[in-house]
Amino acid sequence: MAISTPGSSAARRGYEPWDDPNATPILKIAALSKSFGPVVAVDRVDLNIFKGEFFALLGPSGCGKTTLLRMLAGFDRPDSGSIMLDGADMTAVPPYRRPVNMMFQSYALFPHMSVERNIAFGLKQEGLPAREIKARVAEALALVQLPDHGKRKPHQLSGGQRQRIALARSLVKRPKVLLLDEPLAALDRKLREETQFELINIQEKVGITFVIVTHDQDEAMTMASRIAVMDRGRIAQIATPGEIYEQPNSRYVADFIGKVNLFEGNLVGGETPLVRSAEAGCDIVLADAPGLRAGQRLWVAVRPEKFEISREPPPPGSTNCLSGVVWDIGYLGDVSTYRIKLDTGKMVVAAEANRVRRTERTITWEDRVYLRWTPRAAVALLN
Amino acid sequence: MNNLSPLSELTERWLRPAVERVPRGLAIGIPYAWLLIFFLAPFAIVLKISFAEPQLAMPPYTSIFEFLNEAGDYFSVELNLGNYLLLIEDDLYWRAYLNSLKIAAISTALALLLGFPMAYAMARAPERWRGPLVMMMILPFWTSFLIRVYAWIGILKGEGLLNGFLQWLGLIDQPLAILNTDIAVYIGIVYSYLPFMVLPLYATLEKMDESLLEAAADLGCRPFKALWKITVPLARPGIIAGSCLVFIPVVGEVVIPDLLGGSETLMIGRTLWSEFFTNRDWPVASAVAIVLLLLLVVPIALFQRHLLVRAEATR
Ligand SMILES: Nc1ncnc2c1ncn2[C@@H]1O[C@H](COP(=O)(O)OP(=O)(O)O)[C@@H](O)[C@H]1O
Ligand SMILES: [Mg+2]
Repeated sequence: MAISTPGSSAARRGYEPWDDPNATPILKIAALSKSFGPVVAVDRVDLNIFKGEFFALLGPSGCGKTTLLRMLAGFDRPDSGSIMLDGADMTAVPPYRRPVNMMFQSYALFPHMSVERNIAFGLKQEGLPAREIKARVAEALALVQLPDHGKRKPHQLSGGQRQRIALARSLVKRPKVLLLDEPLAALDRKLREETQFELINIQEKVGITFVIVTHDQDEAMTMASRIAVMDRGRIAQIATPGEIYEQPNSRYVADFIGKVNLFEGNLVGGETPLVRSAEAGCDIVLADAPGLRAGQRLWVAVRPEKFEISREPPPPGSTNCLSGVVWDIGYLGDVSTYRIKLDTGKMVVAAEANRVRRTERTITWEDRVYLRWTPRAAVALLN
Repeated sequence: MNNLSPLSELTERWLRPAVERVPRGLAIGIPYAWLLIFFLAPFAIVLKISFAEPQLAMPPYTSIFEFLNEAGDYFSVELNLGNYLLLIEDDLYWRAYLNSLKIAAISTALALLLGFPMAYAMARAPERWRGPLVMMMILPFWTSFLIRVYAWIGILKGEGLLNGFLQWLGLIDQPLAILNTDIAVYIGIVYSYLPFMVLPLYATLEKMDESLLEAAADLGCRPFKALWKITVPLARPGIIAGSCLVFIPVVGEVVIPDLLGGSETLMIGRTLWSEFFTNRDWPVASAVAIVLLLLLVVPIALFQRHLLVRAEATR
């Protein structure tokens, strides 16, 4: 299972150990729980993370991401459950003996030490010879592209440079798993986007398993091999970015990742799975409905860009067809988003790429439009 | 989250706005005026007296300036260096100086040793406890210093509380002679000056980012080592401030050695006192005071310069 030699990435090579029943995860979290008084911060979380993964914990602020990460690092004691790292039980091991490292949201650089001494700190604790420490510090500084900044103090660096030094310091010990708590949150937007790709490159180069915490869905979608979406201490879904977007397993996940239109309805029995929805004002055909019973309540989720917008009325009695008037148009340059008020009163969002010049746009305010989509473009959600 | 300690909140919310309303020139002028009126002027007077000779009159020293004397000079200054020579010749004085410095140094070290864990515990206590803990540190100041030192006589004397307690425990059968020894002086000084060590230490430790210790642990550093490598270096401003606040007044301390010390407890403050009030030799007493001041001010000024140079170098 040599998947993480330097220069290769598990996910991008198409290797998907999470689908392989024989693969053993490097990090195995089972039924992990932690409460602070009445607040259940982490609630019976099960997670398997594989070697070389770039794994993202994604969720809104306060959903327990940091608490989960801190338990992995050893700063917080779980109330129950277990953490196995590379076959060894870590649950009761203190942080200074765990072969994992953490990059702190605040970076937590030691202000009284130079950059070099910050990076060397962890190696000194291992009692490595001075020559090797020096070489590895230089190597780490080169990796984050700040080779000449070793003599500076943290307060003499910019925010972006501090972020890189914090990364170098946590990588230099070559941990089995690197934990990153909102590593890009403190950077401004442009730098954040550049750094996302750089983090991916660095991870591919060093081949260390990354577990990253973020509340930013774009960040998770860009960087991660797999994402665990968290909701109030629980894992809502674990899947690849593509699956999370195209096949969310709940309204919560569908709504959290990107924009989505939801139509509540009931499954009508019959040959083809058909949903009758008062909200949509039409019948909706589903591509498939495995394990669904007739009469069951469900929600049909359609992403804005899956709609086909047209001013031509469809033949009467068509399925998968909404009708309404354009309420609002948002011009975003590459795409336009339309807020459309359906005849049923529900507001939906549709998006269309601006393939033609704006002046030639045909749809405008108060136009009556019709939205259509193919059955494969929608997902049925049960909760 | 509100991270302000009660002390810094006081300055941030009330003191700073009040100060900022004062015109700039005045704001700078006030501390200088203060220094001039309450430090430099008395210093000049004492300096003048230190060059005079004692006499049985009111005031009990000769004037060193003369206008239109018998010799016909319009203005003459007569400096008497004898007082300073006496300080060098008579080993009583420099022994008293050295002993004061020794007692101050040891007391400062003891206060630091005791105060650091206290300040650390206060800074790491749950947030709602910190205010009350600071209050408890300040509470003794509500009684007179003199009364508190007197109370120690009751505790330390032969048939006092401490000896009674130790005898009751059966640890000793004869009362220990603590009162009127150097040990009693150390106890009194450390007790009295501990808040001056704890409060600045607390102020720096409370500001310290706890995630730095977590980062140290994460990088493989055990807690005790992290205390040395991270906490202590970062608490340095507090350690320096606290040590100065203890060391400097203790060197000149009069009351504690007088009440708790023995006749052999030699401290320069006591010497100064007896020169002024027992011998009524104001000029010698003034010379003692001037030398004491130089002894304290010169090293502090040098140290300040050193800090400034270091700060410039790292900037
Ligand atoms: N040390 C703590 N004491 C009390 N409550 C805490 C503590 N740490 C976290 N919590 C609570 O646990 C929940 C999860 O927090 P956290 O893990 O920091 O969320 P996230 O990182 O996803 O924003 C929140 O409700 C938070 O208030
Ligand atoms: Mg967090």
